[in-house]
Amino acid sequence: MAGSGTAHLRESDDAVLDVRDLVVEFPVGRKQVVHAVSGLSIDLREGETLGILGESGCGKSSAGRAMMQLPPPTSGSVRFADTELVGLKPRELRRARSRMQMILQDPISSLNPRRKVKDLVAEGLAVWGYDGDDRDGLLRETLLAVGLDPEVVWERRPHELSGGQCQRVCIARALLMDPTVLICDEPVSSLDVSVQAQILNLLERTKDRYGLSMVFIAHDVAVVKNISDRVMVLYLGKTCEVLPSDGLESEAVHPYTRLLLASVPGAEEVAAGRGEAIVPISSELPSPLAPPSGCRFRTRCPLATERCAEEEPQLREVRPGHHVACHHVAVTAEENQ
Amino acid sequence: MSTEVASTTQAPPVLEVVDLETRFHTARGVVRAVDGVSLSLRAGETLGLVGESGSGKSVLGRTLMGLIATGGTTEVSGTVRIAGQAVHELSGRQRRKLWGPKIAMVFQDPMTSLNPVRPIGVHLTDPLRLHLGLSRRAAKERAVELLDRVGIPDPRRRLEQYPHELSGGMRQRVMIAVALSCDPEILIADEPTTALDVTVQKQILDLLGSLARERQMATVLISHDLGAVEGRTDRVVVMYAGRAVETAPTTELFAAPHHPYAEALIGSVPALDAPPHTVLRAIDGTPPDMANPPVGCRYAPRCNRAQDLCRDQMPLLLDTSPGRSVACHFPVSVALPDVPEVPDGANEKETV
Ligand SMILES: Nc1ncnc2c1ncn2[C@@H]1O[C@H](COP(=O)(O)OP(=O)(O)O)[C@@H](O)[C@H]1O
Ligand SMILES: Nc1ncnc2c1ncn2[C@@H]1O[C@H](COP(=O)(O)OP(=O)(O)O)[C@@H](O)[C@H]1O
Ligand code: SF4
Ligand SMILES: [Mg+2]
Ligand SMILES: [Mg+2]
Repeated sequence: MAGSGTAHLRESDDAVLDVRDLVVEFPVGRKQVVHAVSGLSIDLREGETLGILGESGCGKSSAGRAMMQLPPPTSGSVRFADTELVGLKPRELRRARSRMQMILQDPISSLNPRRKVKDLVAEGLAVWGYDGDDRDGLLRETLLAVGLDPEVVWERRPHELSGGQCQRVCIARALLMDPTVLICDEPVSSLDVSVQAQILNLLERTKDRYGLSMVFIAHDVAVVKNISDRVMVLYLGKTCEVLPSDGLESEAVHPYTRLLLASVPGAEEVAAGRGEAIVPISSELPSPLAPPSGCRFRTRCPLATERCAEEEPQLREVRPGHHVACHHVAVTAEENQ
Repeated sequence: MSTEVASTTQAPPVLEVVDLETRFHTARGVVRAVDGVSLSLRAGETLGLVGESGSGKSVLGRTLMGLIATGGTTEVSGTVRIAGQAVHELSGRQRRKLWGPKIAMVFQDPMTSLNPVRPIGVHLTDPLRLHLGLSRRAAKERAVELLDRVGIPDPRRRLEQYPHELSGGMRQRVMIAVALSCDPEILIADEPTTALDVTVQKQILDLLGSLARERQMATVLISHDLGAVEGRTDRVVVMYAGRAVETAPTTELFAAPHHPYAEALIGSVPALDAPPHTVLRAIDGTPPDMANPPVGCRYAPRCNRAQDLCRDQMPLLLDTSPGRSVACHFPVSVALPDVPEVPDGANEKETV
């Protein structure tokens, strides 16, 4: 069994993006393999925002990129708009994927420094060879929608814009492709808080206005909670917990999620609601070249027992819509019911 | 509790800053990165310095340390007094003598301050031998103690390792050990956890807090992250475009900020206990170009309370209650004290 299971997937088949058993491995050196993502499954529904939360190195970006086939996963399936993307030829892939767009953490380096805003935003259209008379009108409308004044930024290049403005350009460029799914990989992590708030509000508004579904990847619990409907917590390429974002700070039960929550500055009081604070027994992330057997979190988990080393915990439901992969949490949850 | 407060208020400040300005002459004009900041800090006290990137926090920290001084295209004016000595009146050599025993600094990226080709141990034993005159052997023993104190497992073995062999969190612990090696009176921590993962961040901040307490160090904690400062500092200075716009006891600031910028900044951080999809309090626009800041209040172009007066006259930093002051013509939920009319141009002098 490769993954931590699929119990969290919902019954119906109306997912706009359906990812099964996604595995991303990077061969390095002699016979060694980085286990970046090890069996990730998601079902993103229309209009939904799924948050993917975890510390750096836990495989968030690799997962997001594999969904875009940049590069394709080592194994697993990615179905988007009823098309299996894994295994498609480049041309078919480009067509099939055009309505799935991605926004990255570092907006400045994801823009060609020599091009002007008007050309950057139109890049996607150019790929399609689109050159209608309404092209400029469409560009202006989209720039306005992301809060940029076309008159001001039209002729500017990336270095003449702030980080927040560059991120708006990236969002505009993605929107111009008329996407149904937007994958955001830490889109606000490099921005100042006041600008982060602008972009989060913008993404939220844009999602409603353009009818998008989103996968939102970040390491900041409060940010992920703010924008998501459901949150999936990853640790070393594995799913720890999937739960509704509403009430997440008091409902989360996986020891790793509790650790993340307890680490939020000033969250001690909020997190205190649910018994003892989680104190990690080690601060070091194990090597993704040789992840721990059984539960990958066990080397840092204060609840770990022998069973955790021997047996991989599978995701199981602890309350409707809330799934946890931990041997010991399941017990606690039963007691609570 | 009350006696403690009284004694700290009576102790003389270990760090005194009056009207500090740091200006860079650039091709685009004069950048007033620090523009008239005054503050003081006593032993055992922790001061938070918050503000968005580019607001002058790092330049202020490095100027306090004496790492930035007048020379070339850089100009420093005003006073920084450490243990009674005016840092910027000292010769370079005298100033370096302060680094270690009097004042030390921890930076955001430990990799830039650790020499990649020298083992961890040497980073620690060098200052111990230089400043404290310890023998090779005594310095090594002290280094082991220091690494152990900052939570590095198996410290004796670590002495032989190179910086790249450690994780980011461990490297930052080493930097803290280096900074503490000569038992400084003042520690300046510039974004010490910004490059680290959240779980590691908390551990490092906890460590800094407990070290400051046990050694009665005066600490300046610089951060763009309000959460890192809330609950870990006694007082906060909020910076905007090179100026201190509000200063207050930490709990009072977070409970009731008076400066519109401080209020908006606090409101723009998503709260963990707020429901999902809560609209955040964003601040429109971006900070000013520091080579060409607006006249009047530098926050005026982004401020939701701005009136004509704001675009015209730079607001003074005025005391609103003991230990609190704000630089705003129309502060939030507080009345300004009556001040005599100031003649034009006299609003340069400020105190925190
Ligand atoms: N191209 C690559 N080659 C080798 N290892 C990689 C590559 N990309 C990512 N990794 C490794 O895969 C793991 C997951 O990385 P990543 O997906 O970037 O995590 P996250 O986005 O959560 O920080 C890390 O250990 C990282 O070093
Ligand atoms: N050596 C320098 N020459 C010119 N400008 C500088 C120099 N160092 C910093 N600055 C400018 O000073 C301002 C304050 O920078 P900094 O103190 O690093 O901000 P913060 O630490 O708050 O992010 C910025 O506008 C920055 O560009
Ligand atoms: S002085 Fe005016 S512009 Fe400046 S913060 Fe106060 S109200 Fe806003
Ligand atoms: Mg990433
Ligand atoms: Mg800085």
